[in-house]
Amino acid sequence: MEAIDRLVFTFFNADVAAKYLPDILRGMGVTALLGLAIVAAGLALGLGLALLRSMAPRWLRILIEIYADIMRALPPLVIIIVLFFAFPSIGISLSSFAATWLALSLILAAYAEESIWAGINAIASGQREAARSTGMSTWQALCNVVLPQALRMAMPPLTNRVISITKSTALGSVVALNEILNNAQSASSHAGNPTPLTLGALAYLVIFIPVVFIARVMESRQSWMK
Amino acid sequence: MDAILRNFFSLDIYAQVLPYLLSGLWTTVWLSLLVIPAGMVAGLGVALLATQSRARWVRILVAIYVDLFRAFPPLVLLIFIYYGAPFIGLDLPKLLAVFIGFVLNNASYYGEVFRAGIRSIPAGQMEAANSTGLTRWQALRHVVIPQATRNVLPDLVGNSVEVVKLTTLASVVALPELLRVSRDAQALLYNPSPIVLAALLYLALLWPLVRLVAVLERRSRVAR
Repeated sequence: MEAIDRLVFTFFNADVAAKYLPDILRGMGVTALLGLAIVAAGLALGLGLALLRSMAPRWLRILIEIYADIMRALPPLVIIIVLFFAFPSIGISLSSFAATWLALSLILAAYAEESIWAGINAIASGQREAARSTGMSTWQALCNVVLPQALRMAMPPLTNRVISITKSTALGSVVALNEILNNAQSASSHAGNPTPLTLGALAYLVIFIPVVFIARVMESRQSWMK
Repeated sequence: MDAILRNFFSLDIYAQVLPYLLSGLWTTVWLSLLVIPAGMVAGLGVALLATQSRARWVRILVAIYVDLFRAFPPLVLLIFIYYGAPFIGLDLPKLLAVFIGFVLNNASYYGEVFRAGIRSIPAGQMEAANSTGLTRWQALRHVVIPQATRNVLPDLVGNSVEVVKLTTLASVVALPELLRVSRDAQALLYNPSPIVLAALLYLALLWPLVRLVAVLERRSRVAR
């Protein structure tokens, strides 16, 4: 019994929790905002790159492919650290929020581009030709016929990637971004008690369990529609 | 232009720190070689429990485990283990904390991959194997798992690439892998070239693997 009391006192200390809860809540705001900003920018850029790749000249297509490869090969933490610690010495200083946002958006864009482009590629060219023969312009055929199907195909790999990239916002703590993990860590060293870390862990679950759940529902509906 | 060369691609500094960075790269490689097989074995166990267990509560527990770790950032898990353990009187060595965190995290990812693989094998295969006198375990081992593994090979390799990228998180608890040693070198020399060199080394290590995953994916799409 005493052991359990000690465990509760250590990891679920109500006094410490009450004192540092506001910090964690503020961190949750930053994490949520950052996550949404990354998803918006990353998906938009990825879609743009995929469209560009489907109609650009050869050299540009190769450039896009190289970009996607590099962003998928480099660890996210390395990109964040290069942006935050190396770029100031050539006169480009980014805040920790901007560096984390930019790095993770660039990475998500690379994955989104690959998934959407694979989707576009998988649509038989006859569909595009048929759409063109009804009088649609190339652009109309792409937007009204090809893209809706391509996006549906790109969905399952993309949802997984979106979850894993938004989880990576925790990496911002390494460049002292005041998101959940960073706030939890400084609070727990302040308090000399790991309860804020427990709170931080719970905060991540509060944000991401619904996301994972929605992804599961979307996946099962997807396999249902096929 | 000059500032970029001096701060990002200084050859003098590259030459100076390369041996140090290569020792970090070596740590990255063996840490990956430790975590990948362990994560795969644990993931296969998770997948077998999820698909083969007859007890409903076991399957539910496994589903909760998988979703929990899918929702939990690995860095948070690592920090929790590393900084939390001493409070309950456990003094975990860095390497062990990193290993436990990464394997717990990856068991759920590899588990999902293997589960999809096992699901892709029609039930008739198991029944046919049983009818030839193989026990359930023998049928799994010799018939189902080999085919399941082949079907999800691109995802297995893809997740292993993610593991190598994941090892950079160990830098946060000062395990001297590639990213950590490059940051130490940067702090020592007041020049970010070592970080850029580390990025180039990661690229050299991982680009071929990313290409391999792309080739495997294309081949499995064609085969279908």
